[in-house]
Amino acid sequence: MTEPQVEPRVERRRLSHELPATPASPELRAGREGKIRVATISPCGCWGCNLSMLDIDERLIPLLDKITITRSSFTDIKRITERAHVGFVEGGVANEDNIETLRHFRENCDVLVSVGACAGWGGIPSLRNPIGVEECLREAYVDSPTAVPGAPPVVPLHPELPLLTRTVRPCHEVVHMDYFIPGCPPDGDAVFAVIDDLVNGRPVSLPAATRYD
Amino acid sequence: MGETLVIDPVTRIEGHGKVTIHLDDEHRVAQARLHVVEFRGYERFVQGHPYWEAPVLLQRVCGICFVSHHLAGAKVLDEVVGARGAITPTAEKMRRLGHYAQLLQSHAAAYFFLTAPEMLFGVDAAPAQRNVIGMVEHDPELMRRVVALRKWGQELIRAVFGKRMHGILAVPGGVNKALTVEERDRFVNGGDGLISLADVLEYAQEGLRMWHAYHERRRAEVDDFARVPMLNMGLVDLDGNADLYDGRLRVVGPDRETVVEFDGRDYLDHYVEAVEEWSYMKFPFLRDLGREAGSVRVGPLARMNVTRTLSTKLAAEELDRFHDYTGGEANPMTLHTLWARAVEMLHAAEVVAGLLEDPDLLRADALVVEPGREAWTGEGVGVVEAPRGVLIHHYRADEEGAVTFANLVVATTHNNEAINRTIRAVADEQLAGQAEITEGMMNAVELGIRAYDPCLSCATHALGQMPLQVQLYDAAGGLLSERVR
Ligand code: SF4
Repeated sequence: MTEPQVEPRVERRRLSHELPATPASPELRAGREGKIRVATISPCGCWGCNLSMLDIDERLIPLLDKITITRSSFTDIKRITERAHVGFVEGGVANEDNIETLRHFRENCDVLVSVGACAGWGGIPSLRNPIGVEECLREAYVDSPTAVPGAPPVVPLHPELPLLTRTVRPCHEVVHMDYFIPGCPPDGDAVFAVIDDLVNGRPVSLPAATRYD
Repeated sequence: MGETLVIDPVTRIEGHGKVTIHLDDEHRVAQARLHVVEFRGYERFVQGHPYWEAPVLLQRVCGICFVSHHLAGAKVLDEVVGARGAITPTAEKMRRLGHYAQLLQSHAAAYFFLTAPEMLFGVDAAPAQRNVIGMVEHDPELMRRVVALRKWGQELIRAVFGKRMHGILAVPGGVNKALTVEERDRFVNGGDGLISLADVLEYAQEGLRMWHAYHERRRAEVDDFARVPMLNMGLVDLDGNADLYDGRLRVVGPDRETVVEFDGRDYLDHYVEAVEEWSYMKFPFLRDLGREAGSVRVGPLARMNVTRTLSTKLAAEELDRFHDYTGGEANPMTLHTLWARAVEMLHAAEVVAGLLEDPDLLRADALVVEPGREAWTGEGVGVVEAPRGVLIHHYRADEEGAVTFANLVVATTHNNEAINRTIRAVADEQLAGQAEITEGMMNAVELGIRAYDPCLSCATHALGQMPLQVQLYDAAGGLLSERVR
């Protein structure tokens, strides 16, 4: 594929998570040793599916005896450093960062689960697909009712901003996804049913009675 | 030559953001920015949909505060059909019940799952510890209470909206359900997996306990961290007290005196939004004052600075303490936002407790008013206080009922300037002149951002960038899509 042009940078550039950090204590590391490593990313989603993971309620606390959460927006672990057993993805793909993150995720997770309507088919954000990005841009930045009077319209465009995809796509069109949980969002029970099967090494089966939406 | 320090992504917030900080040769901060790197385009693609669908579609902007989006939209619909000010007490109270239940669960999640680790472990603790797992390892009993409190709020949302997330309550001119006696009793007495209301009122004070213990231990560090004087904006009732569902927008200055007050429905007369090429998130400000002086802070800290008192007993007492701490002046201390959030968590629990006693909630015969076709106005503006601050929805619909226009100004967008100034302040305090920059120092920058509990999913409903093409191929090499710039 055609890689986007990266601006040459004359100066040093360092990422916060690569700077010297306080190491985890031996007790902390020992306590998480041998647990199933779960990671999550949320490309083009609303965080609702992520929150369904908290909606497993009190089951969360005993679950943490068996699993630990590594890269996730719930933690400050910003990249996968150790291969994860399970990766949950909320949200579809809408920009180049999403693609890169998702590919990296696929390479570093044994099992990938597509959570919710956005990851599964693009969801509400994909309603922009038939309209086109240009028109949405015009609406937001050129014809905006709150534009500063007299100021020329500015449309964000900057090396720090990722390129947008023309259309919003489901994750499985970019990488292979192993399981799908439908719903907007699937509720805590549906998410828990999948986690519980995976953690206990059972084949994943979503009971028909589980409420996905 | 200088260097650029990058936080990518900012974590323990909702949505996607990146921070860049440029240090010059002398290790001075030359520039500090929050880049919101996502966009959506909701305002455009909701057009053509039936007007009554708009709140349900637009609430998908955000999973954590969908209730606020749903209700801001509901208030627009009331106005569109000509039912503004005419909805039944049952309808208004059901909406309020859902809204304060959301405030409770959203603040509990933001406070304990996202911002509490620094209070317990310190800003430079090991990254692997600074999260919900570290919290559970450290104090499982506290986290059991937090989980139970959040669950109670979420279950109440489910009782009101039909689902914990992205449910439906409001219809034009009212609501689609009342509470049943059984539902109410479950929330009051507990049981069936729920704690009781008495426990909720008790657990909702955990945030304040944690705050005061933290503040005692590290007072100077907390108070001197990123003082960012801003105007403060919040919705108030006729007595000048915070009302998160309805009221007028009041803006106060450093002395907590009103600078300007207006009906949020006139927001276009007061507000404009600047755009920077380096972020998808706009910068709203009060037009008459200009961006430098007229940018406002919204959310818990702003609301507690604006409000005179609070309508519930325990929260009002705590608010007095909060106001006394700054001698009655507006509080500019970024980390005191956590205090304000803890006050509001308790306030939400108390408001919900009061509402649950109200027999109007049970009146299934008084859900909707139907003003008739001749009352149709075709346009409305709805303003509510989302957990993160003032949220404005504005739609127009044609005679057929199709949406022709939509505009949203969300809480985190209002805070854009404040967040950027906070990043700058933390960078000046923590990074400037340092021989070695550590991960912990950069986490201090994130701590400043997290104080706002920003929701960058919300803030990216509008979209940016002009066309320029790049192609996306699928796993098998087929062309899927083109990227555009
Ligand atoms: S599927 Fe629904 S809940 Fe999940 S990210 Fe998309 S809009 Fe949010």
